[in-house]
Amino acid sequence: MRTDRRNFFRIMGMAGVTLAVGRSMSGAESKKEITEFRGVLYDSTKCAGCRQCEISCADAHNLPHPTDDLVTGVVRKTSETQRTVINMYATSKGEVPVKKQCMHCNEPACAAACLTQAMHKTKEGPVIWRGDKCMGCRYCMVSCPFDIPKFEYHSANPKIQKCDLCYDRIMDGKVPACVETCPANAVTFGTRRELLREARKRIIENPDNYVDQIYGENVAGGTGYLYIGPAPFNELGFNTKLQESSYPALTKGFLYSVPVVFVLLPSLLLGIHESTKEKENKEENE
Amino acid sequence: MNNSTLSIQKENEGRSTIKFLIDEFKPKGKWLTPFNIISIPVIILGLILIAIRFAKGIGSVTNLTQEVPWGLWIGFDVVTGVAFAGGAYVLTFMVYILKMDKYHSIVRITVLNGFLAYVFYAGALLLDLGRPWNVINPIIGNNFGTSSVLFLVAWHFLLYMMAELIEFSPAIAEWLGARRARKILSGMTIAAVIFGITLSTLHQSGLGALYLMAKEKIHPLWYSGFIPILFLVSSVFAGLSMVIFEGSISHKVFFNQISEKNHKSHNTIVHGLSKICAGVMFAYLFLQLLVFIHGKRWEYLNTPMGYWYLTEMIGFVACPMILFFYGYRRRNILMIRIAAIVTMVGIIINRLNVTVIGFRWDSASHYVPSWMEFVVTLTVIFIEIWVFRWVINRMPVLRDSPSWAKEE
Repeated sequence: MRTDRRNFFRIMGMAGVTLAVGRSMSGAESKKEITEFRGVLYDSTKCAGCRQCEISCADAHNLPHPTDDLVTGVVRKTSETQRTVINMYATSKGEVPVKKQCMHCNEPACAAACLTQAMHKTKEGPVIWRGDKCMGCRYCMVSCPFDIPKFEYHSANPKIQKCDLCYDRIMDGKVPACVETCPANAVTFGTRRELLREARKRIIENPDNYVDQIYGENVAGGTGYLYIGPAPFNELGFNTKLQESSYPALTKGFLYSVPVVFVLLPSLLLGIHESTKEKENKEENE
Repeated sequence: MNNSTLSIQKENEGRSTIKFLIDEFKPKGKWLTPFNIISIPVIILGLILIAIRFAKGIGSVTNLTQEVPWGLWIGFDVVTGVAFAGGAYVLTFMVYILKMDKYHSIVRITVLNGFLAYVFYAGALLLDLGRPWNVINPIIGNNFGTSSVLFLVAWHFLLYMMAELIEFSPAIAEWLGARRARKILSGMTIAAVIFGITLSTLHQSGLGALYLMAKEKIHPLWYSGFIPILFLVSSVFAGLSMVIFEGSISHKVFFNQISEKNHKSHNTIVHGLSKICAGVMFAYLFLQLLVFIHGKRWEYLNTPMGYWYLTEMIGFVACPMILFFYGYRRRNILMIRIAAIVTMVGIIINRLNVTVIGFRWDSASHYVPSWMEFVVTLTVIFIEIWVFRWVINRMPVLRDSPSWAKEE
């Protein structure tokens, strides 16, 4: 879908800009390699809520250690100093911990929203933020259905903070810091395809322990982070109102209409202009 | 007034243009007016707040939260300000494309108003950018986020400002007495108008399309896939109401600049605009009704937000529409002016409902703008009015063009 849209934009010849874009796009397409998206499977039934992941995440990204306590029923949010948090929910199946961080959508709203490509879906899967491109408009925050990008409001050189699935570590062949640290193996790193298979296997082998649903398989067009757990996901702090199709699709219709309007409207206006001019001329002649 | 400026220009043709420019930059007339007494302290305070904002971050001045990252500066300054600037594209369409010559005398001031609105309100966007030094990235850099609605809006703002500057440039040329330049620039008007109308159509709707991805965050009474169309249609009567409002003030403040002929024609112009406003508002209400029924939104009506929605639709769209209609039928200028003001309040309410009030309406903590955000917003508006006044007192915007320009 993304490629389609870019192709479409290439046609639209906006201010001569698109020529340059088009050339770089076709260059990228020719040497395309098939890389599968990597992601993480989080298993609520294995997580003990020890918050080791929060500490290792802070260490890996030079952020302060969390100081607030974990209280059941009190929802802590990710913030500009915490890229991941563990919450404890009181559910119909007892207390259940849930990890929260960026979902690394297959078609991220934040990346589609970004006008400088600072938010970027890498071909390896992580959605990363690039400070040298970002102009701090915060449109990614407006667009993200999971409310993940956080902005440093009290800095003169503010950054967007969000989980980047430890992109640098992945490129070095390591696993994300939280996955490495987790003592209970509640988080598993792998390709999205493998993780979905693994999640299904766990649900089938232990149907009593799991709700028969993988959160992230379809929501928002599919996400890189996948969740399985013992209780229905609306009890686990997930927004179940979110749509199944991808969020960038919501602006597709508008963006597709742009080149059409750009070609047809000036022609129409010019036509009206010419015809009214003729009328004037006729009146003058008479 | 008219003759004296003409003679100044003629004298200056022999002298250096630099001296002329220095003379023109000096203030003219009294400066201890009520407007100045109010605006100067506000502007000074606002500039201090802007300095604090750049030194200590956006959070030191605004009440923005992680849930509501766009507040008053975007919702009012940019989204509402640009809607009010819509008069320029509507009027240029009427005058240059449809050749409705009746409205010719107010085109220049409307284009000037629109141009300054874009410069200042879109310029206010820079205050809201956390990393403004990267603002050139989507324009010159290699970072074209072509899938972004904001990319489109940013480019359109930039291009539209240029188009409006070209549309206005003959007035600058007349001010400087540059005959050749005026001839060339006037020849570019039609191209700039056609380009400008196209750009306006796309970015007036684009401002609404910005919020399309925030599907679950905006109250369902204000969110629909039709936001772009609703924003475009409402920008027509928002812009024309602004033209009526600004015209009624300009005709008092700059009374002695306007020729007798234009004074007399002003009432007919207002009547005509009133009719157009009433018609477009009827279409807009009908569209809103279609969206409401199509979206099956009855369940939300009997809630506090539902009452607020009805207030907006009936009190600030249907009522001024009727006022516009009767004002036009009975040739009642006062009624039309009241309708214009109510419509403008309604547009402010509508844009804020989408961007601020209805955005995260269900959140536990609500965003309420800080007093400092209001002061900075006022600062932007006041500086714009200062520049507006400066231009009108010097260039032939309201007064007639110099006779040499008419002959050509």
